[in-house]
Amino acid sequence: MDLFSKKNKETFFTPLWVNNPVATQVLGICSALAVTSKLEPALVMGLSVTIIVALANVVISLLRNTVPNRIRIIVQLVVVATLVTIVSQVLKAFAYDVSVQLSVYVGLIITNCILMGRLEAFAMQNKPWESFLDGVGNGLGYALILVIVGFIRELFGSGTFFNLRVIPECLYDLGYMNNGLMVLPPMALIIVGCIIWFQRAKNPDLQEKSN
Amino acid sequence: MEYLSLLVKSIFVDNMIFAYFLGMCSYLAVSKNVKTALGLGAAVTFVLLVTVPINYLLENYVLAPNALVEGVDLSFLSFILFIAVIAGIVQIVEMAVEKFSPSLYASLGIFLPLIAVNCAIMGASLFMQQRHFENIGASFVYALGSGIGWLVAIVALAAIREKLAYSNVPAPLRGLGITFISVGLMAMAFMCFSGLTI
Repeated sequence: MDLFSKKNKETFFTPLWVNNPVATQVLGICSALAVTSKLEPALVMGLSVTIIVALANVVISLLRNTVPNRIRIIVQLVVVATLVTIVSQVLKAFAYDVSVQLSVYVGLIITNCILMGRLEAFAMQNKPWESFLDGVGNGLGYALILVIVGFIRELFGSGTFFNLRVIPECLYDLGYMNNGLMVLPPMALIIVGCIIWFQRAKNPDLQEKSN
Repeated sequence: MEYLSLLVKSIFVDNMIFAYFLGMCSYLAVSKNVKTALGLGAAVTFVLLVTVPINYLLENYVLAPNALVEGVDLSFLSFILFIAVIAGIVQIVEMAVEKFSPSLYASLGIFLPLIAVNCAIMGASLFMQQRHFENIGASFVYALGSGIGWLVAIVALAAIREKLAYSNVPAPLRGLGITFISVGLMAMAFMCFSGLTI
């Protein structure tokens, strides 16, 4: 029983890029798009999802042999909803401003497909430690896309980085303008589309045959 | 008149897909042909119409501060209660569709049970909670508008993708990539409705 065997490393690292939950598995798109107009909420959201996926994977993996197959969805939802309630209360207590910005999307982690997808596809068949690694890997893969999108949108949309101004004042004097479209919803979709384009150009195996 | 304004607003301005990105997973996966898209859109609208008013009643008569017992605030339970209602209703809809339209049941496949975890359904309930509608009628109209908005969006995308199947797209963009960019352009078009009032 090797904690960091080759297989476990693979479980942890493939979701980060090649088998990325957002770009390849098409899971958890909703929140990936909605909370990324600034970097800070994107980061908080990514970390919250990572914690919840990892813990939910462990809990479900421990329960996997005792839960009857017919009611497994309900059991999964209850476990996830409990974890999300805890995270939402913690955010409200310690990071109130961010939790206001995230509004309903914290609650929507319950219905984030990454959770159900990983629980169904991985935690139901694997031991707790592997499931934990899978959860952390997928959560971080998701956070990675969120942070990239959040970074691009905040930089070009508001000219800031974590709310600090990075584009110098003299550029504005020369006539540079922030691209207001970047902070609006449509650009989130187009940026994620471009990330997928880039990722698939690098990994030709992932390219689809038809439209 | 108020209801009409709320209806138009929730279909076009606060569109579930284009303004809030809710229900994206099934939106991207089931939009390959118009007929299936129509079926899923109708199922989502129906589930919304049932769950939002029920959750409205729960919110106001059970969860709100001082609603059930004087001095008790149960609002932290809202996530669990809402998702339980939604999962129950989806189970019923699934059984009904399987009985009355086996062909639709077969073509929707896994996405029918997944309506339970469709963010559009949960999102509508959470927005209902956030916006404090004054009566159950308003929450019903809001659910109807959100459902129709989602239906319009998925049918439109399915129609575009049917045409897209014949075009020559660069290999890495095929499938998911080009779909994202098309949805982005559609969202841009829908932005022209913002500020619309009746």
